[in-house]
Amino acid sequence: MMPDLGKYAETVLSAYAISLLLLVLLVWLSFRRSRRIKAELETIEKKAKRHG
Amino acid sequence: MDLNRLWAYANPKKFIETTNRVLPAVSILAVLCLAVGLVWGFFFTPDDYRQGSTVKIIYLHVPAALMAINAWLMMLVTSLIWIVRRHHVSALAARAAAPVGVVMTLIALITGAIWGQPMWGTWWAWDPRLTSFLILFLFYLGYIALWEAIENDDTAADLTSILCLVGSVFALLSRYAVNFWNQGLHQGASLSLDKEENVADVFYHPLLVSIAGFVLLFVALVLLRTQTEIRARRMRALMARERMG
Repeated sequence: MMPDLGKYAETVLSAYAISLLLLVLLVWLSFRRSRRIKAELETIEKKAKRHG
Repeated sequence: MDLNRLWAYANPKKFIETTNRVLPAVSILAVLCLAVGLVWGFFFTPDDYRQGSTVKIIYLHVPAALMAINAWLMMLVTSLIWIVRRHHVSALAARAAAPVGVVMTLIALITGAIWGQPMWGTWWAWDPRLTSFLILFLFYLGYIALWEAIENDDTAADLTSILCLVGSVFALLSRYAVNFWNQGLHQGASLSLDKEENVADVFYHPLLVSIAGFVLLFVALVLLRTQTEIRARRMRALMARERMG
């Protein structure tokens, strides 16, 4: 299934590995920050409501 | 279409409600297009007669470079909206897009260097397009740093908008550097309306799908990150109010 990349195998595979790693990292960090801020805001809003 | 209806989305609540509805569909489409484009390009396209299998890097390099420039142009539009109309969501959308843009620029620079080494015999050259891309990357870093450095959100939005206007020169230079200076190692644009200059169809179709994937991924991430910035801004406002008693 793997195509024959010939003498450039290392070049092509490293380009794909680094790019996909960066994209996955970006998506993961974006979701992680989104979840964290959402949870923190809920806590602060609840606290603000309690204090009127 | 009534353009005035667009301003309804300047309301943070309306923005979050609407984007919550479209975000799952955009995200699924992004993953699908990226998977199809990259798998098609990597596994089912032939080698180039001159560049061999390194041509497969085109499915990452070109879409990433395209998004690096267009992300900055999107930031320019939203910054201008902030300057003219003072809509917070607009400034926050620009802030949200910058980290996505910086990653796209980094991917374009890294894949370009990796591709350049066997083709040009060097990882880097002070070529007009490469240099303007490096400067664009530094502008992205400066833009993000400026947002982080200033505590007052409105002042930060003002100053980063000005920086964005200045950086736009380099975003445009990155796009057209090859045309301005007919020198350097980097080839002309891979995508062209001129059939002679455009890449061959066998590479073109998967490349288009991959570009669609990168565009959709950018849209999905910017929507998600803008929601996060809106919530973070509200959080800072509530905390400030609490501190004031």
